[in-house]
Amino acid sequence: MRESTLWMLNIIAGAVILVLLGVHMAIMHLDAILGFVGLAPSGTVEAQVVFARSRQALFMTTYIILLGAALYHGLYGLRKIVFELTLSKIVEKLVDWFLIIAGLALFVYGGYVAIAVFLS
Amino acid sequence: MSESKVVKNIVFEILRYDPDKDTAPAMKKYTVPVTKGMTVLDGLLWLKENVDATLSYRMSCRMGVCGSCGMFINGMPRLACNNQILHLTSSKIVIKPLPNYDIIRDLVPDLEPAFDKHRSVKPFLIRDQVEEMDNPTGEFFQSAEELVNYIQFAYCIKCGLCLAACPTVATDENFLGPQALAQAWRYNSDSRDQGGAERHEIVDTAHGAWSCHFAGACTEACPKGVDPAFAIQLLKQDIFTKKSCKHKESELLPRNEKFTPNEKIALAPKPTV
Repeated sequence: MRESTLWMLNIIAGAVILVLLGVHMAIMHLDAILGFVGLAPSGTVEAQVVFARSRQALFMTTYIILLGAALYHGLYGLRKIVFELTLSKIVEKLVDWFLIIAGLALFVYGGYVAIAVFLS
Repeated sequence: MSESKVVKNIVFEILRYDPDKDTAPAMKKYTVPVTKGMTVLDGLLWLKENVDATLSYRMSCRMGVCGSCGMFINGMPRLACNNQILHLTSSKIVIKPLPNYDIIRDLVPDLEPAFDKHRSVKPFLIRDQVEEMDNPTGEFFQSAEELVNYIQFAYCIKCGLCLAACPTVATDENFLGPQALAQAWRYNSDSRDQGGAERHEIVDTAHGAWSCHFAGACTEACPKGVDPAFAIQLLKQDIFTKKSCKHKESELLPRNEKFTPNEKIALAPKPTV
């Protein structure tokens, strides 16, 4: 795959993280601030509420999208840093494959958790 | 030297290294009697002539054109011929070879990696008409507006200062670097060139245009007013728009054996520096 495609995906992942992390912060951690404008949901971090929210298709989908975006963005950034260490072509290939496998494994595992909770 | 009045004595602290004799580079101090208008290169020439004939450095034109005398002067990559000693406003001039290159001897860096990178981006006009390129019968027309599109980047003298200043090259030797990437853009943006796609194959890679952190150190270091950092951003844009890959028509003007000024041929703009 061309580097420009990987780079553009990185930028898109960054934009997705910005939006979804913003929503996450607003719902989970900024209730005191949102309370001033009457938007703060109550008990957002209680176990029952978390489970109830995770059983909604919208939240399950956003969790999986955020997971994918964060993994891609983080691992692509890590790849760029590692590649700046002047590695040989073979080591670069190994790094590429390690990051692809690690990223996919983490995505499958995280996605499984999100889906399992949704179906529970 | 004797004709000009010595304004003051300045200490030149120079990195000396002879790989055949020395185990490691070491700094050595010299005192240079400085006259008004004397450049750092003049100072080095005086030292070689009067104090130490073994001092090694590259130089040729003495007027900021050839790009041979690039050195790390008082913490900045500069051309020694392009900087007057008194303008540096320092009582001590510290001179080292350009960073990000291996040292051949004293102030002589090994610029071969820079030239290899330059060559790798195919810095020449590429056209479909192979026969015309091999045995030219005329000149491809270019308007003044089309020339202005890239002329700034054509002022590059391959001195290598931008690579010495680049923080990415400092860690990633495989990074193509500002000089080569700026030249890729210079030819991609040339109205007579048809090699955009070929160059994209080279620069759209892990160590190509996308490795630029946009520190801008290359632009600050360039002695010719070229803006390689800007060229790289334009190149990145071009990789997505593929504007340079679209087929460019360029009228072939037959060679004029008896030269008369042709109003269709653009006049070169004034130099930026």
